[in-house]
Amino acid sequence: MRPTSLSRSRFFRTALFGAAALVAGLLVDTVPGRAAEPIRIGELNSYKSQPAFLDPYRKGMQLALDQVNAAGGVLGRPLELIARDDGGNPGDAVRAAEELVTREKVDLITGTFLSHVGLAVADYAKRRKVFFLAAEPLTDKLTWSDGNRYTFRLRPSTYMQVAMLLPAATAAKRKRWALVYPNYEYGQSAAETFKTLLKAAQPDVEIVAEQATPLGKIDAGAVTQAIADAKPDAVFNVLFGPDLARFVREANTRGALDGAFVVSLLSGEPEYLDPLKDETPAGWVVTGYPWYAIPTPEHKAFLDAYQAAYGDHPRLGSIVGYTTIKSIAAGIEKAGSTDTEKLVAAFSGLAVDGPFGPFTFRASDHQATLGAYVGTLGVKEGRGVMLDPVYVDGASVLPSDAETAKLRPAAD
Amino acid sequence: MSLDSLLFQAVNGLASASGLFLVAAGLSIIFGVTRIVNMAHGSFYMLGLYLAVTLAPALSPWIGGAAGFWGGILVATLAVALLGALVEMVLLRRLYRAPELYQLLATFALLLVISDAVLFLWGPEDILGPRAPGLSGAVDLLGRRLPQYDLFLALAGPAVLLGLHLLLRRTRFGRLIRAATQDREMVAALGINEALLFTAVFALGAGVAGLGGALQMAREPANLAIDLSVLGDAFVVVVVGGMGSISGAYLAAVLVAEVKALCTALGVVDIAGYAFNMSRLTLVAEFLVMALVLILRPHGLFGRPQPPATTRARAEPAPAPLGRRGAVLVLVAVALFAAVPLIGQFFAYAPVLALDMVIAALFAASLHFIMGPGGMASFGHAAYFGLGAYGAAFAATRLGAPTPLAFAMGIGTAAMGATLFGWFCVRLEGVYFAMLTLAFAQIVWSIVYQWEEVTGGSNGMFGVWPQAPFDEPAGLYLAALAVTLAGLFLIRRVVFAPFGFALRAGRDSSLRAEASGIPVARVRWLAFALAGTLCGAAGALFAFAKGSISPEAISVGRSIDGLVMVLLGGVQSLMGPVLGAGGFTLLQDMVMRETDYWRALLGAVILAVVLLFPSGIAGGLRRAGNAR
Amino acid sequence: MNAGAPVLEVRDLTKSYGGVRAVDGVSFDVAAGELLALIGPNGAGKSTCFNIVNGQLRPDAGAVRLGGRVITGLPPRRIAALGVGRTFQVAAVFGSMTAAQNVQTALAAARGGTFDLWRPARRLGREQALDLLAQTGMAAQADRPASTLAYGDVKRLELAMALAGEPRLLLMDEPTAGMAGTERREMIALVQALTRARGLAVLFTEHSMDVVFGHADRVIVLARGRLIANGGVDEVRRDPLVREVYLGGAPTEARP
Repeated sequence: MRPTSLSRSRFFRTALFGAAALVAGLLVDTVPGRAAEPIRIGELNSYKSQPAFLDPYRKGMQLALDQVNAAGGVLGRPLELIARDDGGNPGDAVRAAEELVTREKVDLITGTFLSHVGLAVADYAKRRKVFFLAAEPLTDKLTWSDGNRYTFRLRPSTYMQVAMLLPAATAAKRKRWALVYPNYEYGQSAAETFKTLLKAAQPDVEIVAEQATPLGKIDAGAVTQAIADAKPDAVFNVLFGPDLARFVREANTRGALDGAFVVSLLSGEPEYLDPLKDETPAGWVVTGYPWYAIPTPEHKAFLDAYQAAYGDHPRLGSIVGYTTIKSIAAGIEKAGSTDTEKLVAAFSGLAVDGPFGPFTFRASDHQATLGAYVGTLGVKEGRGVMLDPVYVDGASVLPSDAETAKLRPAAD
Repeated sequence: MSLDSLLFQAVNGLASASGLFLVAAGLSIIFGVTRIVNMAHGSFYMLGLYLAVTLAPALSPWIGGAAGFWGGILVATLAVALLGALVEMVLLRRLYRAPELYQLLATFALLLVISDAVLFLWGPEDILGPRAPGLSGAVDLLGRRLPQYDLFLALAGPAVLLGLHLLLRRTRFGRLIRAATQDREMVAALGINEALLFTAVFALGAGVAGLGGALQMAREPANLAIDLSVLGDAFVVVVVGGMGSISGAYLAAVLVAEVKALCTALGVVDIAGYAFNMSRLTLVAEFLVMALVLILRPHGLFGRPQPPATTRARAEPAPAPLGRRGAVLVLVAVALFAAVPLIGQFFAYAPVLALDMVIAALFAASLHFIMGPGGMASFGHAAYFGLGAYGAAFAATRLGAPTPLAFAMGIGTAAMGATLFGWFCVRLEGVYFAMLTLAFAQIVWSIVYQWEEVTGGSNGMFGVWPQAPFDEPAGLYLAALAVTLAGLFLIRRVVFAPFGFALRAGRDSSLRAEASGIPVARVRWLAFALAGTLCGAAGALFAFAKGSISPEAISVGRSIDGLVMVLLGGVQSLMGPVLGAGGFTLLQDMVMRETDYWRALLGAVILAVVLLFPSGIAGGLRRAGNAR
Repeated sequence: MNAGAPVLEVRDLTKSYGGVRAVDGVSFDVAAGELLALIGPNGAGKSTCFNIVNGQLRPDAGAVRLGGRVITGLPPRRIAALGVGRTFQVAAVFGSMTAAQNVQTALAAARGGTFDLWRPARRLGREQALDLLAQTGMAAQADRPASTLAYGDVKRLELAMALAGEPRLLLMDEPTAGMAGTERREMIALVQALTRARGLAVLFTEHSMDVVFGHADRVIVLARGRLIANGGVDEVRRDPLVREVYLGGAPTEARP
């Protein structure tokens, strides 16, 4: 269709009115209803840039929300979730947080996946004195070197995940280690932590190769070959997502890791394990979430409810989303209010029951003691699974409160 | 590090080179003939891969594993070629008369739409395709095992190169493509159906990209991030090889792949007693190669100076001084923006959003200054935004500088960066200029991304909040508004001063300008430095507005945002970038909040704007004003 | 400068491309007030010669002197600043500006005002620009965008721009190319008049022989990169070598 100049100018006027209406809509404040005023939870996350993790996460949140509200809500008020995309970068994320706080007048904020986004939002929370429960970012800085009074974190941190794998790494008694990790803070700090912990436990180890690969753009053939050429007898892997799949396939074809003992972060999480199917590298010791092999009643209840609601198995994201909402409900219940300071006080030492069992938010560093499963990868009916998974309580791998205090200079 | 392992890695690199070459070749063909900077090229590659991983397993039960695998690749390739033809006929054909680079805007919108469409159709989870039946093993070479499929790929690249070469040299279609690459108007003058030629070329280019993606089925999982990651590589390879040169693209692909393989193979090396992990360089290796090649050979390895683009021949209208009505409108707008903090008492979010709009306006206006009057479309303008932001953040947090001083230091950092990089860039023309700016931006990005001690690495810096009186939203907002208005005023003065005329003179005809005694390169250099400096001011404001800064501020994405804002608003008027920046920021904020598929919606809106107002919002406004 | 001394001295210019001598030991002078035509068949080396004088090309050997000063190898803009104006075979002007602004921009450049970032350019040098436009017969077109001018007017505008630098020497590459008969004669008459009035030295190339023999003071002829004739109009017209090159000679483009 080729509009004439007349219809074009009419279109233009219409568009202008439309734009004006939208701007007006932007300015109109939502007026909260009076009766049984809901508790407003502001949530922001990188839905578009990390859909593989966050799609299940959103489902997990919704499930918890429905359960809490069906049970009468919290403090007699229903929970209402206002979710925003944080654009996958701190700039948009801080704006989204501002929007949630100023326009939507949320009572607290939660969410975030990427570490740098989490840190930026945490810093915003500190400045605006808003309660922030970081759901997923892994960076140690969030609760330690840059931890603050208003920020708590649910998921086990990089340090905790590495520490969970350490017993298996040292038990293997290997001398020549190779490291491969994505070239950004998460990968670097995981590698550093691993080196430090390993050398403390086993002073005679030698790091024979160290490959830092660009995130999402690994040149897998070259990297696996370079590792094989260094002839390591053990490998510590931090790759995940598409990088992991490429790495595993190349390593399998080339026999690059034959005979090497591999410990690997996060690889047992269904988000990253499921795509590998029958190429799952058997024998790797990993952290993850074996939803098919957790016999506890609290997980069974969660699994049944999740499968009934979505007809699909949960991913780790589902657990995190679900537990986030449950934690918030528990925290508000304990605080008896949505007041920020009362929430901070309530979350310090808050005990929560989740699908993984009970855990607490430590008062010393605001880190949840939520754990993860450690197991060995294997293939079953063409699918990758974690064999003999063991739940490692987060509390068991965290430094003591006294040590933590030294790690947290900036807080309060 | 033995010689064997280096040699083996070199062979390895050839397989990666083939992958790079296939994406780049399609881009090169399309650009050569249609002059379209196709931002959706990576999306074609991604679609090829997704289609292949879906089709191969689906076809296998019917026609057998091997036939299913190769049949899947073939069907995926053809489907993507068909889609390319469709895109050209339905969308791009309407835009050939629009000013240069508007096709970029349209293909960018397409990229957004396709990425959401893929998410909708295939879901968020990565899909790992089957291995190639019959080629899933490895062959022994130099005591190591080389996957058969890598060997196949290493040969497939040169095979496609040969095929394209024969197509271009031996067929009438090929001769037409070559003729059109050198002189579009001649082809039109010869009475050849240009529309059909363009459609065919677009289909061919898209098909080759689709093939490239489909062939990767055996090596990498289909995932939603590859469209952008592949796009950057494709541009690098095309430019290093020389635009329009297919063999150049292959050579460039080999060069880039081998440099990366070498970095990987070397691993941790001792340089003067300091252990440096060479593998970390793979993050930026291709851009280092590109910057070096462009500095030494301004038209790439095999490239020739581009014939002047035909669209430039239709001279751009001059930026008109404001009429009385325009002046009144501007005053009203300024008053409205100045009054935002008053509304802020009732609508607390308004100043937050308005602050982002104001910063975006300065960012876009500074880009427009070199892009419009200067005729230099920078694809790496975010570098100066980022330098300004990081400079200010570093001064404020690590040096403890008071806010105004930190702000000034941010601007200074950007000015130094722009002066340094500008010196190299302004010597280049057109797409080569754009790509060198991109290369420098990527180099800055990778330094910032990895220099943990100074920049905070990938996490960036936080706690960059301004001090009183800028710590209140209104204080910072008014300061930012004042800075932006001052910046806009400065740009306006410069554009209408003799310098602005000299800048446009260099754009309109650098030959004439030089003959009249205008030192074109120096004029461009100063303009580039000035634009970078103003952009740095926007970046410094951004750091204070967000309280944090991360490498995304320097990423390709932000540079593209800037281009989109300028083009959306319109290149021809000084108000264009301001309107474009405001509109884009507002639009993005709204769509991100209201829908799950906001990228597709954003793309659709941009497409609608491009099709309805092919000269941007400002051009549309002007025409609407005239129609009345 | 004394009246008799040549404005431009070209000595032994040589330039080769891949072993082919495009210009081979060419020497000539142009004096103030003189209109010197440089002619020759296609490929004779005219453009190369021209572009060396202008600074766009660097010769392999030889020297170019302007008012006694060696300018060989200087960039075009420096040569322009020393008083050499230039027009192109395909006229180049600044399409996004009006005719007056084109000249104003050239004036600003000539006065070293290019890097003025602040003063509005609209009025700067406007009077003088209008004056130059009037001299080239473009007064009525002063405020029209250059992109909308007829081709003949673009050539006149370019001439006005070349004059803005108050040149001693004017280099004109086919000043009447692409023009019709009357227009062509008007153009060259205009150049002739300006040369006389301003005491300019003009070096121009030209294809149309009526323009050359009707208006030039002197003619030099290039063939295969060599200077084969240099003299008055009648003398050159009678030169048998020139006649052979132009009328019956072997094709000069194809060289062994």
